[in-house]
Amino acid sequence: MKLVYFAWVRERVGRTDEDLDLPDGIATVADLVRWLKGRGEEYAYAFENEAIVRAAIDHVHVKPDAPVLGAREIAFFPPMTGG
Amino acid sequence: MTSTIRIQAEGFEIAAEAAALTTGRADIGAVIAFTGLCRDEGGRLSALELEHYPGMAEAELARIAAQAEERWPLMGLTIIHRFGKIAPGEEIVLVLTASAHRRAAFEAAEFLMDYLKTHAPFWKREHLKDGTVGAWVEAKSGDDLAAERWA
Repeated sequence: MKLVYFAWVRERVGRTDEDLDLPDGIATVADLVRWLKGRGEEYAYAFENEAIVRAAIDHVHVKPDAPVLGAREIAFFPPMTGG
Repeated sequence: MTSTIRIQAEGFEIAAEAAALTTGRADIGAVIAFTGLCRDEGGRLSALELEHYPGMAEAELARIAAQAEERWPLMGLTIIHRFGKIAPGEEIVLVLTASAHRRAAFEAAEFLMDYLKTHAPFWKREHLKDGTVGAWVEAKSGDDLAAERWA
């Protein structure tokens, strides 16, 4: 599955995107975040305040309880500040 | 309805964009233009840098535009959002709405900006006058409240 990161989430993780094989048992975006946080300090830092980081699946905003099954691209980013 | 959505590094001409909406038509009675500009925050900033999520930014702006089209009797709509480094005084975003009467055009333009600020995947970072890269701009809770009033 392709993961992409933006703004300070990208800087903290230290990469713009990556392809990862998710282990069994990851059903939702929240599960994915929990798994990522266990992968290293950079992820723990990026997701230290899980309530702040937003997610999108295949270019659509989603909540933490959204299922990841069938997703092609999952994005993580801070609250938006355009306009 | 004529709907134009562009995400681009280069600037834009408000008059040309407004003319593109209205030229050749006699049914439009109101065009509202909102332009968002880069401030220097009291002389502190040399630029704002806009990062965006290519693909999703276009898709999200199209979804927001579709909602506006559903809620108000619009005859035309333009959204242009820039990315990259933008100097103080330069434009960042343009929203144009056209309708037969002013109220729909005013309300739709406000709705579009409120939703764009809270839903479109763009992020601002400060570049400071001393040449250093500053902080990422933090989202304002007031922007969330502004968007919620349309729910």
